[in-house]
Amino acid sequence: MIVVNNRDRVDWQPGMTVQGLLDKLGYSYVLITVTVNGELVGQEDYASHQVPDLAEVTVFHLAHGG
Amino acid sequence: MTETTPAIFSRNVPGSTAILRAATVGVAGCGGLGSNAAVALVRAGVGHLILVDHDVVEASNLNRQYFFQSDIGRRKVEALAEHLRAVNPDVGIDLQQQTLTPDAVATLFAGADLLIEAFDRAESKQWLIEAWCRAFPKRTIVCASGLSGLGNTEAIAVRRAGNIILCGDQTSDMSQGLCAARVALVANMQANLAIEVLVKVLRS
Repeated sequence: MIVVNNRDRVDWQPGMTVQGLLDKLGYSYVLITVTVNGELVGQEDYASHQVPDLAEVTVFHLAHGG
Repeated sequence: MTETTPAIFSRNVPGSTAILRAATVGVAGCGGLGSNAAVALVRAGVGHLILVDHDVVEASNLNRQYFFQSDIGRRKVEALAEHLRAVNPDVGIDLQQQTLTPDAVATLFAGADLLIEAFDRAESKQWLIEAWCRAFPKRTIVCASGLSGLGNTEAIAVRRAGNIILCGDQTSDMSQGLCAARVALVANMQANLAIEVLVKVLRS
């Protein structure tokens, strides 16, 4: 089981990547920052970075404005 | 230190002044977020700032940024530094009038205990967070996302993950327009979180 944003629970699967998790969650918005167990995962690593079971994942949405 | 310095901070939270005076905070972007956050940090007693911005002050900035009519046409970092020194003449300011790039983050902010992310474009926020975490995985970056539009105050929240803290509603976009109260609210949340982290980290 993976917990996303302290809210959504997703069944873990062996070999699950950050990109796989985002796809499963239906996240298509690309301007995001992702951490897995508090460690930032760079955008270029989404397809290769594996998410361990019981991971706490955070997905921040980045909106224009400053 | 000038003789005025102790008086400025005489109403500070006990125990915080000496810690904040020793702190260095990077401010990436000196617009609505960065200018207001920088003022709050200097008023709190933060001793050193690294200000980075490539832009000049325009009339359209004055609805939310910490600038004045007389600043129009001036470089933002220079105008802001002048306002900050008008609060505390002893504040140390490293002015960087340049366009920040991912490769420059590690060098430019090597001396920073913490970074305020104060860009306006979401793409820039994204690469800055990645560059900072790569260069300084143990140092905090306080970011902002979603500060546009009017009202909807309850949606503005603080989220934390590792060394990243993010303030805002994560939804509103600057195409909705920007209002001083809401932008400065998030900027001051960023400054407040930065102060909290600095006092906690530098005290230990």
